[in-house]
Amino acid sequence: MSVVTLTIDDELVSGRHGETLLQVIREHGMELPTLCHMEGLSERGGCRLCIVEVEGSLRPVPACSTVAQEGMVVRTATDRLIRYRRMIVELLFAERNHYCAVCVSAGNCELQTVAATLGVDHVRYEYLSPRLTMDLSHERFGIDHNRCILCTRCVRVCDEVEGVHTWDVSCRGVRSRVIADLNHPWGRSETCTSCGKCVQVCPTGALFAKGAAVGEMVKDAGMLTRVIEGRDKKGWNE
Amino acid sequence: MGRKGRIRFATVWLGGCSGCHMSFLDLDERLVELAGLADMVYGPFMDAKEFPRKVDVTLVEGAVTNRANLAMALMLRERSRIVVSLGDCAVTGNVTSLRNQFPVADVLATFLSCGEGSVPAMDYDAVPELLPRALPLHQVIAVDGFLPGCPPEPERIWTAIGCLLRGEPVELGPEQLTFG
Amino acid sequence: MNRADLRHMAEAERERQERLRCRIMVCAGTPCLTAGALSILDSLREALDESRLAVEIEAVACGCMGPCSRGPLVKVRQQGKKEIIFERVTPDLARQILFSLVKGRRPPTVSALPHDFPFLARQMKVVLANSGSIDPERVEEYVAAGGYGALAHALHEMTPEDVCREVSVSGLRGRGGGGYPTGVKWNLARKAPGERKYVVANGDEGDPGAYMDRSVMESDPHRILEGMALAGYAIGAEQGFIYVRGEYSLAGRRLEAAIRAAERTGLLGSRVLGSNFNFRIDIRTGAGAFVCGEETSLMASIMGRRGQPRQRPPYPAQRGLWGCPTLINNVETLATVPAIIGKGGKWYAGIGSAASKGTKVYALAGQVAIAGLIEVPMGTTLREVVFAIGGGIPGGKRFKAAQSGGPSGGCIPAGELDTPLDYESMQRIGTIMGSGGLIIMDETSCMPDVASFFLDFCRDESCGKCSPCRVGTVEMHRLLRRITGGAATMDDLAKLEELCELVGAASLCGLGMTAPNPVLSTLRYFRDEYVEHISRHRCAAGVCSMAEVPAGPEQEALVHATGVAGEEA
Repeated sequence: MSVVTLTIDDELVSGRHGETLLQVIREHGMELPTLCHMEGLSERGGCRLCIVEVEGSLRPVPACSTVAQEGMVVRTATDRLIRYRRMIVELLFAERNHYCAVCVSAGNCELQTVAATLGVDHVRYEYLSPRLTMDLSHERFGIDHNRCILCTRCVRVCDEVEGVHTWDVSCRGVRSRVIADLNHPWGRSETCTSCGKCVQVCPTGALFAKGAAVGEMVKDAGMLTRVIEGRDKKGWNE
Repeated sequence: MGRKGRIRFATVWLGGCSGCHMSFLDLDERLVELAGLADMVYGPFMDAKEFPRKVDVTLVEGAVTNRANLAMALMLRERSRIVVSLGDCAVTGNVTSLRNQFPVADVLATFLSCGEGSVPAMDYDAVPELLPRALPLHQVIAVDGFLPGCPPEPERIWTAIGCLLRGEPVELGPEQLTFG
Repeated sequence: MNRADLRHMAEAERERQERLRCRIMVCAGTPCLTAGALSILDSLREALDESRLAVEIEAVACGCMGPCSRGPLVKVRQQGKKEIIFERVTPDLARQILFSLVKGRRPPTVSALPHDFPFLARQMKVVLANSGSIDPERVEEYVAAGGYGALAHALHEMTPEDVCREVSVSGLRGRGGGGYPTGVKWNLARKAPGERKYVVANGDEGDPGAYMDRSVMESDPHRILEGMALAGYAIGAEQGFIYVRGEYSLAGRRLEAAIRAAERTGLLGSRVLGSNFNFRIDIRTGAGAFVCGEETSLMASIMGRRGQPRQRPPYPAQRGLWGCPTLINNVETLATVPAIIGKGGKWYAGIGSAASKGTKVYALAGQVAIAGLIEVPMGTTLREVVFAIGGGIPGGKRFKAAQSGGPSGGCIPAGELDTPLDYESMQRIGTIMGSGGLIIMDETSCMPDVASFFLDFCRDESCGKCSPCRVGTVEMHRLLRRITGGAATMDDLAKLEELCELVGAASLCGLGMTAPNPVLSTLRYFRDEYVEHISRHRCAAGVCSMAEVPAGPEQEALVHATGVAGEEA
């Protein structure tokens, strides 16, 4: 397999042909925040946290959906990028009702962690405070739209890994909502297999197992790779 | 500065549950240390009726949710050199702002109608008027430092106080910066 | 059908028209239809039947003639006489026109446009050459006007490389707003490896106030089909799609009819015009999303998926519809191609300015004496467009600014009236050519309010995929409403400018990247107005109703803190 050599933050690094910038960056132990990216799912390029500057490119590009090219000169942590990332996190907090204090995922939430890592200690934008609902019709799981950041990991895992495509997104813009089937209560979904993968990949407390109290919803971070690897290697036969 | 160059220190309780002040009390023996370095001039623990002038540092708990909070916020800003939001309600609105999804009239209707029998649960005329929305403190006045957490653990408060006593801006590491 | 058949069709139609004593063309474009063109047509046809004149006089529903605000428009073409256009025609006036013709007297001149009417005389029509002169529902009329001649010529005399070269020589650039050289795009698609390729005509025109593409689709649909077939031949595609926005039902119907007529006569389908080239065209109708004008969203929509953009590269020429190389051009771009192939790239390159060749269609709207559709050479100044062609500002008011490029563009202030309208000059003054909407504003327009209008549009149209655009546009609009509502502080203005930077830099697609432009350009030329709203609670144009700020610092703080009420997220 051919190799590409590029410069990331003044360091000469190499990656395999066809790898994304994010893969190369993480393989070399460098840190880059992400929210919609997840190993094992297709790239969405939606949260824009992993934006990096590539010399010769007018705008920052998302590392997750940019293929590493020979000779690229990449910067991952310029003042401008850090400022942009903070603003994006602030916007995500302003968009819906993220009350960490009363969240099942508090302490185990990727949004909460990313915010703290980026030093976001307050949100300068007006909270939109939308009126959102919870769907608790499923026997084992619940979805709280107040905490959804529309990363669509649930949509992708359901479609790409479980293969049923129960979840999708309805409406557009800030009015976008993750819905089950054709906007049916989750518990009445005819396609949902209750596999729970969506719950495990959700970065926040939007999808959770019923019965979890504040801070008790710990997601199984390795679940997806385990499932995919197990499937590839037919690991469940033994 | 207060007597002998000591810092004039105040805490204020706006629209919050007082959990942040409880956490402040959990500083335990460090409170003694603080008392040695600063003059506590105002707060729920002090016997002071009015917010004094020329305060150096004011920690504010709670969101700005009613007229009294608003007036207090403006006054404490005018009279304090440094204002720090203490805890999630002051920083984000938090639980106090859960009501923001509903019009004030709807929120009140619930309170006014759900008492025993036909008696309203509370006498709304006797309490300060609610603002249209509960607001984080920095949306109302300029805020110099933020101390998130619900409540912020005593360690966080102590780190922040350390910064303030040294005359530095409040700076917390990522592990002390999480909301919630 | 072969080339000889095409010639016969053209000759037969020309002879038919020449046998008529007179043709009365009634504009049946959307603006004139809303003004009552159908009842005029009915009354004319009724009168012709009654007086048994139908054999010698024909009433035709044609396409757009241009001065839309003066509609309904009726054009009278008599053998051997200059054509006359009547404005604001009523069914009664139409009968009067008809009977004065029959009786040999001159038609009533009350509402006729002068022959040297500057709005028409100062234009140069290439794309709109047939608009208002032919019946868009009859392929014969397009053919009689020389239509499909360029396709026949290309299929029999030119190689695909030749076609691409001719388009490159013409200097044509994307008319949808991007301005990317069309020849380069065609060559990329031609060279892209792939057995199956597609041509897509982007007719998802969505900028408020712009209707150039709609007009071309309604008035001269075959021109677009011919352009698409030429593109298909040039890049090696056998299938084309026209993506028509859902609101354009008339355009969709006329295109549909045109495709059927072209297939029936062998101008589309298998072995087009007797060559070995096969080309089919299908229509895909949008469902009301502005973002579907963005090419990757448009492709997703054609494939039946949620209309959402994806990161480029890969570009459509590399990976487009169903993974195959796909050429996407704006409707106007494709409608230009038959003229380029017919008359030569050099001819086209001779029109326009140094780097922007050819002509451009604009939809002139807003506070201008004559609103409508015009086509002028690239490099024509805004002054000429507004004052010479558009007849200036009505009501003795002063020109304040023109918004070009819709919600993705910016404003051109009075000081830049002499700026030539071409890609480079417009970019230099902080706006874009865009798809060709020109909204003219006089002194009664408030610029922060204009910016707020466009941001409201972008906020509503954001697809929601990327967070900077999804939430950023909402927060920007909230800040603008604070400004226009008199509740803002200078700190809010700073926040607004910072958000402009983020949304412009970090958004996924063109919608978000360009959403801040109306704010940035009004700030560039009219910052005073923003500051006046904020610090003096005053809107000089008298548009914004400022929040009543009751006395007392507490009240003022509350207004600043809570902003302007009344918006659902």
